[in-house]
Amino acid sequence: MSGQWRKLGVQAGASVAAVAAAFAIGAVLMLLIGVNPGLVYARLFEGVVLNPYGVAQIFFKSTPLIFTGLAVALGFQAGLFNIGAEGQMLVGAFCAALAGFGLSMPAFLHVPVCLAAAFLGGMIWAAIPGALKIKTGAHEVITTIMMNFIAMALTSYFVVSRFHEPETVHTAAVAVTARLPRLEAFSSFFHGSPANATFFVALLACGVVSWLLWKMPLGYELRALGLSPAAAETAGIPVDRRALLAFAISGGLAGLAGTSFVLGYKHYFEDGFSAGAGFLGIAVALLGQNSPLGVVIAAFLFGGLSHGSLVINALVPKEIIEVLQALVIILVVVANQVSKRWAR
Amino acid sequence: MGAVIDLLNQAVRIAVPYILAAVGGTICELGGVVNIGLEGMILTGAFCAVLGSFYTGSAWAGVLAALMGGGLAAWLHGIVSIRYRGNQIISGLAVNILAGGITKFFLKAIFHSSANSSRVEGIGSWSLGFVSKIPILGEILSHPLLLLTLALVVLAQLLVYKTPFGLRLRAVGEHPECADTLGIRVHRMRYAAVILSGMFAALGGAWLSMDQHQFTDNMSGGRGYIALAALIFGKWTPAGAAAAALLFGLAEALQIHLQTMGLRVPNQFIQMIPYVATIVILAGAIGRTKPPAADGKPYPEGD
Repeated sequence: MSGQWRKLGVQAGASVAAVAAAFAIGAVLMLLIGVNPGLVYARLFEGVVLNPYGVAQIFFKSTPLIFTGLAVALGFQAGLFNIGAEGQMLVGAFCAALAGFGLSMPAFLHVPVCLAAAFLGGMIWAAIPGALKIKTGAHEVITTIMMNFIAMALTSYFVVSRFHEPETVHTAAVAVTARLPRLEAFSSFFHGSPANATFFVALLACGVVSWLLWKMPLGYELRALGLSPAAAETAGIPVDRRALLAFAISGGLAGLAGTSFVLGYKHYFEDGFSAGAGFLGIAVALLGQNSPLGVVIAAFLFGGLSHGSLVINALVPKEIIEVLQALVIILVVVANQVSKRWAR
Repeated sequence: MGAVIDLLNQAVRIAVPYILAAVGGTICELGGVVNIGLEGMILTGAFCAVLGSFYTGSAWAGVLAALMGGGLAAWLHGIVSIRYRGNQIISGLAVNILAGGITKFFLKAIFHSSANSSRVEGIGSWSLGFVSKIPILGEILSHPLLLLTLALVVLAQLLVYKTPFGLRLRAVGEHPECADTLGIRVHRMRYAAVILSGMFAALGGAWLSMDQHQFTDNMSGGRGYIALAALIFGKWTPAGAAAAALLFGLAEALQIHLQTMGLRVPNQFIQMIPYVATIVILAGAIGRTKPPAADGKPYPEGD
């Protein structure tokens, strides 16, 4: 047990050190263009952490990242590298919008139907590279990247040429019955923020994934597959079918990522709305060490940072935030490798 | 006939960054390192070219700056994936995010615009008299960067298959243990491959910004990923990658021409071609294609 705690401590320490180092390098960049990094970081902390609106925005911005981070983390646990979360998110969001404005039914049914449509859309988009890997050995890293771009082009075509409202690049609004309420409807703390009930769907998804991976026989099989496919096969686990299932669940989770926007915020699908949340999911899973709890914490950090870009925009070009995010990713990769050598 | 030549000329010009990044990426993967960071390296090259040209007034100094910037971005990818043996895919994606952020950060800091840089000296064509009139070849010969691109494709193919360096490179990518036993410095070879790929991609970026005489935000626009598709479609050989890149460029040029003729093919479907083609070829529908055996696998040198 103490060994496990030690390992966890080393991992957490490595992540914290990497984040600190990223902020230090960011400070050097700011000094380079004659900006006082102390002022910027103080404003960032004040505007994001100490301010109720900022905290509410962390909830809002982290919601899609929890889904995509969870999708990538579940894939990693089963030994797959799903870089396709971006595309799966787009297809899922588009399906949710279709079900939202195309169907009419009472709210207690409509919301779950839209969520199911999103899950299904992402699932199908991930099942294609999954099936290709199993049948032909085509590596999922490349095929999921390609599927991202196909999804971007396809949803763009549909929303620009087929399902758009005149003069816009978004679909019709989803029915009132398909909308998830904003959190400000429950507490004045969230006043003015688009944070919405999708956040709780995301937390629920984290709970379900934890339970699946660590309490269910199926989860045990998936993790066995991730640790050693050969050993899993010897133990009688149907490796191909489990791998396909892992692709499907991972894709479904990523498919849900756009529902915060479609069902909870703007209420329509808009061309290019995803803004890299799928790619950031990889960073979130990495920083969260592929555990659902870690994913939530990492999504808070990345979500807080992306809200922070608006807070500091007057002081420094807001792209410093993107730079910080990239530096965090690079340094976490390095820190993980270094700590692995220490932990031995 | 004139229309066909126009089409081919345009295809070549569209394909230049694809060709350069795809050939660079091929060298990188033959050495055993996957380079998803080509996109960011193209962007870095485009920005550094403008910076170099802006500060010195010389477009060729810009090209030199692009090579240095691209090499630096690639070196970073090398440190993470070779020295620290980190995940090469994640490292490459991080390079892309970093390049997107850092170029816009300095675009705003130096040029005070979030959209584009000031106008800088670019590289124009030189006049070769009647030679310039020869279809296609004339176009290539009369533009220094086009000529350089053609030369680099030929050189890369020769480098990989006809020189000791190429033999060592492929050994390191196919079977690093074996190469190590024979006294080849695996890490040093891989650094060389990664940095070369960054310089190739950056030259593609320099072509973009020197052609437009300015840098515009996110100028690479996904070209690195098309290059990635081209290098797979070209089955991991420099000449194959260049041919695939040219094919993708032709598809784009064709779409533009069809549009001017009133035949509207939604451009989203043209955009999909490289990606669909790559999935199809990876799935083995058009002959088998296989990456180098140790592609993407870190090697613990001296452990």
